[in-house]
Amino acid sequence: MFAPGDRVRVKDAWPEHQGPAHIRTPYYVRGVEGEVVRHLGDFANPEDLAFARPAAKVPLYHVRFRKDRIWPERKPDDEILIEIFGHWLERP
Amino acid sequence: MDKEAEREAKRATHDLGGASKFMCEAVDVEPHELTEFDRQVDALRGVLGAKAVMTVDELRRGIEAIPEADYLRLSYYRRWIRSITDNLLKHGVITEAELRAELEKA
Amino acid sequence: MSDLLETDGERLLTAVRALLQRKGVVTEEEIAERRAATDNASPGQGARMVAKAWLDPAYRELMLSDGTKAAEALGIPMRGMPPLGVLENAPKLHHLVVCTLCSCYPRAVLGYPPFWYKSAAYRARAVRDPRALLASEWKTVIPDDVTLRVVDSTADYRWMVLPMRPAGTEGWDEARLTAIVREGDMIGVTIPSV
Repeated sequence: MFAPGDRVRVKDAWPEHQGPAHIRTPYYVRGVEGEVVRHLGDFANPEDLAFARPAAKVPLYHVRFRKDRIWPERKPDDEILIEIFGHWLERP
Repeated sequence: MDKEAEREAKRATHDLGGASKFMCEAVDVEPHELTEFDRQVDALRGVLGAKAVMTVDELRRGIEAIPEADYLRLSYYRRWIRSITDNLLKHGVITEAELRAELEKA
Repeated sequence: MSDLLETDGERLLTAVRALLQRKGVVTEEEIAERRAATDNASPGQGARMVAKAWLDPAYRELMLSDGTKAAEALGIPMRGMPPLGVLENAPKLHHLVVCTLCSCYPRAVLGYPPFWYKSAAYRARAVRDPRALLASEWKTVIPDDVTLRVVDSTADYRWMVLPMRPAGTEGWDEARLTAIVREGDMIGVTIPSV
């Protein structure tokens, strides 16, 4: 579990290149560091729901990223806030 | 290659955030009234979801399986009906033979 | 099977509906009911929530802590809908909502997503160059000293923006305030003005 304020890194994983997959983690934050804003609740894992498999509930977090960590070309204090499932997050 | 370019090279068709090919494309902000077809597809998806025949995640998976050229060419709800059909066939709710026969009738 | 899926969408819909009806999976009545319910949702509902939040601090608190309950408090049907989250704009913070992966949209309170929201250009540009996007397409200029927070709606929540109440609306009642809140204000592409 992660708590608000925790530094996290999104896993640099690409399951869509290993076979049929349905992923709710945008490509542009993979491998990028951000900060947990809050735990939004636990929801059935869409990666299983998408294939009509039994889906366990997994924690969902709101994670904030500095946009210049993703695309360095723009104004640094802008942010991107994304819902990311816990199994995509690791401690940097 | 920059880190962001490396990531972008690995993105899937539907994963559009920051996609360079669309960064210079204008957004059509004019209102587009939904057609009768659009509303019917939308409602059909809603009923199939409410009756647990297919999840919204399965709808998305089916849309993501559409090859890039078709994904970008098809209208929004034409992608939907294609995914809905794909899922109904996968689940055996309807069969290929039944669908072929029905299409020939029309 | 791939050739079947390449059939024109209108023909597919007709055939699939006929089959589903014959098999008793889905009835025409169910489709008509669903359609009526979806057609009923419109930006006017979100606008009522915004206007009430501007006038009633307790309602604003509720809206920010639980958007679903706040919608239900105004009689907006939320059963079976994804949880609603509300993002509050402030003098130094502006929110912009996008769904880069598909087209997740707070339909319960805003109705069908508009055409532009579903477009590849909006989905691509909103996260990477939002200031230029807002300025060029909506003439919305976010000052440099205001943080722009783009919210990519990727999972189970649906997000709407609570914009700031514009100056010049002092003493206005709820109905009058509701009338100035537009669809785009609640996604963050525009800002309410009088």
